[in-house]
Amino acid sequence: MAMLDATMPREAAALALFRRKRLIAMAVPAVILAYFVYIFFAFDLPGLADRARMDNAKILVADSYSYKTHVTRDNRNGGISIAIEGEAKGAYAPGTAPDWVRLTGEDAAIITLPRDHRVEIAGDVTRVIVPGYGEIVLQPTARGVDMDLPTPDVPEWINAASNRVMITTDAGRISMTRARTEVFRYSFGWELFWFTLDSPFHGKSLGELAGLALSSERVVPERSNAGAMVHDVWNNQMWRHKDVVWAIFETILMAFLGTMGAALVALPLAFMAARNFMSLGTVRFALRRLFDFVRGVDGLIWTIILSRAFGPGPLTGALAILITDTGGFGKMFSEALENVDEKQIEGVQSTGAKPLQRYRFGVIPQIMPILASQVLYYLESNTRSATVIGAITGGGIGLLLTQAIITQKDWEEVTYYIVLIVLMVMVMDTVSGALRRRLIKGDGSGH
Amino acid sequence: MADAITATGMTTQRVQDSYMQMVRRKRMYGGIVMALFVALMVSGFMLADSRNAGGFWSGIGNIFQFPSEVLAEAGEKIALLPGLMVKFLPSLIETINIAAASTLLGALAAIVLSLLSTRGLALWPAMIPVFRRLMDMMRAIPEIVIALVLIFIMGAGPVPAMIAIAIHTAGALGKLFSEVNENASLKPVEGLQSVGARWSQRMVLGVIPQVAPNYLSYGLLRFEINIRASAILGFVGSGGIGYDLKNAFSWGQGRYDEVAAIFLLLFGTIVFFDQLSGHYRNKLVGRV
Repeated sequence: MAMLDATMPREAAALALFRRKRLIAMAVPAVILAYFVYIFFAFDLPGLADRARMDNAKILVADSYSYKTHVTRDNRNGGISIAIEGEAKGAYAPGTAPDWVRLTGEDAAIITLPRDHRVEIAGDVTRVIVPGYGEIVLQPTARGVDMDLPTPDVPEWINAASNRVMITTDAGRISMTRARTEVFRYSFGWELFWFTLDSPFHGKSLGELAGLALSSERVVPERSNAGAMVHDVWNNQMWRHKDVVWAIFETILMAFLGTMGAALVALPLAFMAARNFMSLGTVRFALRRLFDFVRGVDGLIWTIILSRAFGPGPLTGALAILITDTGGFGKMFSEALENVDEKQIEGVQSTGAKPLQRYRFGVIPQIMPILASQVLYYLESNTRSATVIGAITGGGIGLLLTQAIITQKDWEEVTYYIVLIVLMVMVMDTVSGALRRRLIKGDGSGH
Repeated sequence: MADAITATGMTTQRVQDSYMQMVRRKRMYGGIVMALFVALMVSGFMLADSRNAGGFWSGIGNIFQFPSEVLAEAGEKIALLPGLMVKFLPSLIETINIAAASTLLGALAAIVLSLLSTRGLALWPAMIPVFRRLMDMMRAIPEIVIALVLIFIMGAGPVPAMIAIAIHTAGALGKLFSEVNENASLKPVEGLQSVGARWSQRMVLGVIPQVAPNYLSYGLLRFEINIRASAILGFVGSGGIGYDLKNAFSWGQGRYDEVAAIFLLLFGTIVFFDQLSGHYRNKLVGRV
């Protein structure tokens, strides 16, 4: 009987605990759900569906793996020009053309598009042959554009206004205004990635290039063939490999200088902020608050302040990382210092070592693995931060990326930069991860 | 006897010699590494300095110019500051909301991803490397890349930033969570399996209760980081307090009181959430 009495409250307590746990198990998902409902309306997600530009998404995806070539006829003065992406640096020399364009005269061309579509330009008259539909005849006039269709109705893939006609099919796009006729043909790949059209090596296969590189007959008189190839790739105006490599390097430089600089500044400060090395409470307190302040102000604000003083560039980014991380490192280092083993320091002291020697041989070896591992971890995360900071201050790959996105047309370059950024971060991750694993396994002595 | 003594003496001598040689070699390596490091730092600094628009030595004198301008203007209009802070409160809340929503979304995705990529717990053990690489990819893409691309599609607003930060968070937390999962006891899981629980039930009832405090602790730390990230993304064009800061900052003199108010708000928020998450993390880790 007495035993039963004793178990009763315990049972009640257990049941109460179960009830509470069950309530929490129900409440947590309910609270999260309620928060998401709030976010759904606070961020105006229903309105987002209207604002979202899916056509932009389509352009982005299509451009990331393909390029377009513009064939343009000047309707005022006559003459046909062909350029990749319509850019001057991708223009074909007069009289030359890709194999799907046949220049039939000064002012005439036959353009073959995929799926047997064909465009024939002869002076002012442009004929568009669409299989399964017929022949569309376009002609610029003084007022706008005249269009002759084989059917009475205008199909929905033709956008005709008085001053502009746009024909958009899977095969390509044709547009005519009074000023010019343009035919866009999409092709797969990143054109001119290695050699631009003005390079003698453009259009050569890998085997031909290898042969040329080995042959002693010079294509460009002033350089050996291999040298000329490297020169042409490096100075490629379309993809700007030189600038891109520099930008990547600048980004890594920012992260490296910032992280290492921060560690160097933070180490002596951390000694002064650690209880066992600094007896003055006020100094400790002041330094701790300084670390908190520097960390709290955050990289964004430091970047803004510093960019005013130093202007845009990698140094500004490096200094912003340096200042922000000094706070983080200072805090962590001083915590590590407070946990060191006093015995080793006493041992070094007993041999008559002066304070600086005590730190060097009694303390540093103990905290070195922790320190180095933290620094490496920061280095890898700062590679990412440097990309963002570069976008704000104007330096490194972050700047190139934002510039390419703002122009809203070179999406293949955006894709290229994104791939490079991801590769850069992954390489830094791998290197720092491997180094950290070696450090932690280490030789134990920590020297 | 005498032979033995000399022999021992010689061995000692040899040991000492080889030890000294080792010390010398170690010092030499240390010296070389040190010299390399110093050379890298100095040349790196000089290079960064030369590629910067303004030089380090000419800029160092101006470092306090901008803060003092801001402070001076804020000092003149100090009565306006509280009003300005109230004015920017909605954007601040948006920034915090971006951080909170993305941390939650990211953490939820990270839980699933980490469970799918932990040996012994995974639903499809053969797919473990796939999910690991997926998390590596998500971690490697800086938020700004996704945010900028999404801004192009969705227009400016908080959603691109939220998605961008959530993707990065899922990758970063997923890795940490799967490290936690590896230390979870498999006994509850086996027990549940023996009574016929499905995979999702085994995870929710057998694993999550064991690891929830650690998850929460990492999640709080991530929230702290994400507040900073969401402020920065705002500066690049996705709403919140960062966007207001950019506007006020590029306006220049005349709106420095707004800059000061935003600085204060941002600083206060970051410190507040740092302290809050630090407090709860200590409590959580203490309980474990």
